[in-house]
Amino acid sequence: MTIPQIPVERSFDPQDDHYDAIIIGAGMSGMAAAIRLGMYDKKVLLLEKHIISGGLNSYYSRAKMPFDVGLHAVTNFAAKGERRKPLTKLLKQLRIPYDDFKLTSQFQSQISFPETTLHFSNDIEFFIAEIEKHFPTEKDNFLKLLEEIQNFNEVALDNPYASAKEKLAEYIKTPLLREMILCPLLIYGSAWEMDMDYSQFVIMFKSIYLEGFGRPEGGVRTIIQVLLHKMKEANVEVCYRNGVEEILTEKGKVTGVKTTRGQHLKTPLVISSAGLPETMALTSETCELKAATGKMSFTEAIYITKKKPIDYGQDNTIIFYNNRPEYQYRCPDGFTDPNSAVICFPNNFNFSGNHDGAFADDYNEGVLRITMMANYDRWKGALQESKETYMMEKERVHNASLEILNAHLPHFNPEDITFRDIFTPTTVEKYTGHFGGCVYGSPDKSRDGSTPYQGLVVCGTDQGFLGIIGSMLSGISMANLYGLMGSP
Amino acid sequence: MEQTEVRQKVLDIIADVALDEDLSNLDDSLALRDQLDLDSMDFLDIVMELKKRHQIEVPQADYPELATMDSCVTYLTPKFN
Repeated sequence: MTIPQIPVERSFDPQDDHYDAIIIGAGMSGMAAAIRLGMYDKKVLLLEKHIISGGLNSYYSRAKMPFDVGLHAVTNFAAKGERRKPLTKLLKQLRIPYDDFKLTSQFQSQISFPETTLHFSNDIEFFIAEIEKHFPTEKDNFLKLLEEIQNFNEVALDNPYASAKEKLAEYIKTPLLREMILCPLLIYGSAWEMDMDYSQFVIMFKSIYLEGFGRPEGGVRTIIQVLLHKMKEANVEVCYRNGVEEILTEKGKVTGVKTTRGQHLKTPLVISSAGLPETMALTSETCELKAATGKMSFTEAIYITKKKPIDYGQDNTIIFYNNRPEYQYRCPDGFTDPNSAVICFPNNFNFSGNHDGAFADDYNEGVLRITMMANYDRWKGALQESKETYMMEKERVHNASLEILNAHLPHFNPEDITFRDIFTPTTVEKYTGHFGGCVYGSPDKSRDGSTPYQGLVVCGTDQGFLGIIGSMLSGISMANLYGLMGSP
Repeated sequence: MEQTEVRQKVLDIIADVALDEDLSNLDDSLALRDQLDLDSMDFLDIVMELKKRHQIEVPQADYPELATMDSCVTYLTPKFN
């Protein structure tokens, strides 16, 4: 299998000075919004300050090896023909045939706490059986929780904030099980520390436990390539290395933008995927809205190894590892929190169904990814202090990651590592422009996308949808609501 | 335009909006929503496509007219002519 080669675009300056809509950011949500508007003959300009698209779910190459950033797995997995699922909705709205994303499902994943380990797959019955095995008294409670979740409308735009932990405690009596259920959901999407909004919890619960993990063959490039192709079809104009310096407003109404390359462009509608605080900081008039910068950022160590994870005795797709009785989902005091991590094995998808056989994956080598919660201020401080301090801290992340790998891969040999790369919160900030290197956006969401300005709308994580499928659906919904149905 | 032609035009739109669906066994008298995986977002698209391809406007109050294939044809045929 070959990994898509995406040509680097050289278009920087807009062709015109007037657009029906200008979209900020060529991440998943921005591209999806652009396609929707372009499909119905709106004149759309997409501005991206980086040289390539993808945003938080992007890609790069080092030493001739293709890497993904962000994407561990596509959540919201659905099989072909499954109805009324977010993935199916998204594909229909963008007119993308199911097979184009080349999704394969995970084998199984693991939530690993000090004394208990739970496995889950894309089949909820398996997770129920695991809960029954390790927490026999909780099975019926879990089934009641499932019923509550299945009947909850998590995407209603007017759900008030509610604590997921409190709601969970109404059903599940054992604190350890509550922590274990929450762990993957928090680290794969919560903008809040130690807890999350109940609607977001339900979105995450459905997308991870009820729908599950998948991976596009060829990684995130496969999805980006499909979106780029769709944008061309829809006549969307995309400019790279050209961001928005200022969103121009008059009396609370959008009139246009000034780009970082100096162009003044007119438009009645700006859809921004830059994040809520980031977007508000761009407006020309000062505004009342205060949106906090999210605290959650991460380091990730990526290793290429001579052998595959299965050869080191590991067949899980993703391990959610936590070394304390309570899961500490928060910005750590130190540079990183080595007591918990997400360990992702991109090789371990599309299990052939035969335990003796290999996974039918698209890498020739082993790929190991270890993600840890990290403190942006510490990393920023180290970088400002000196390159040496920053590099030394990266070396510590490497050492902590090796310890975690040694503990989870029975036959692992660190000498097999042929390549490594480590990104930090400052790397996230540099490439995505998100304040504080934050990955899941602001804890202050705008559920209907609106801002205090008429004609300025946010999409993506800060509109409250999560994961890459959620991001794209967010872009689609905001484009439909404000660009096609003609709301303000 | 004949009703059969109108039916074909609507079918072409549905085939594009509901990309992976099999339309060969469609019962014209039953609700499209019950036979196909169509939600409100998809009905918006059917309306948008009617406008884009055939310059036919369907006001929001008339959306119920698009419930079945039969009602689509009855409602849209005068608009096509």
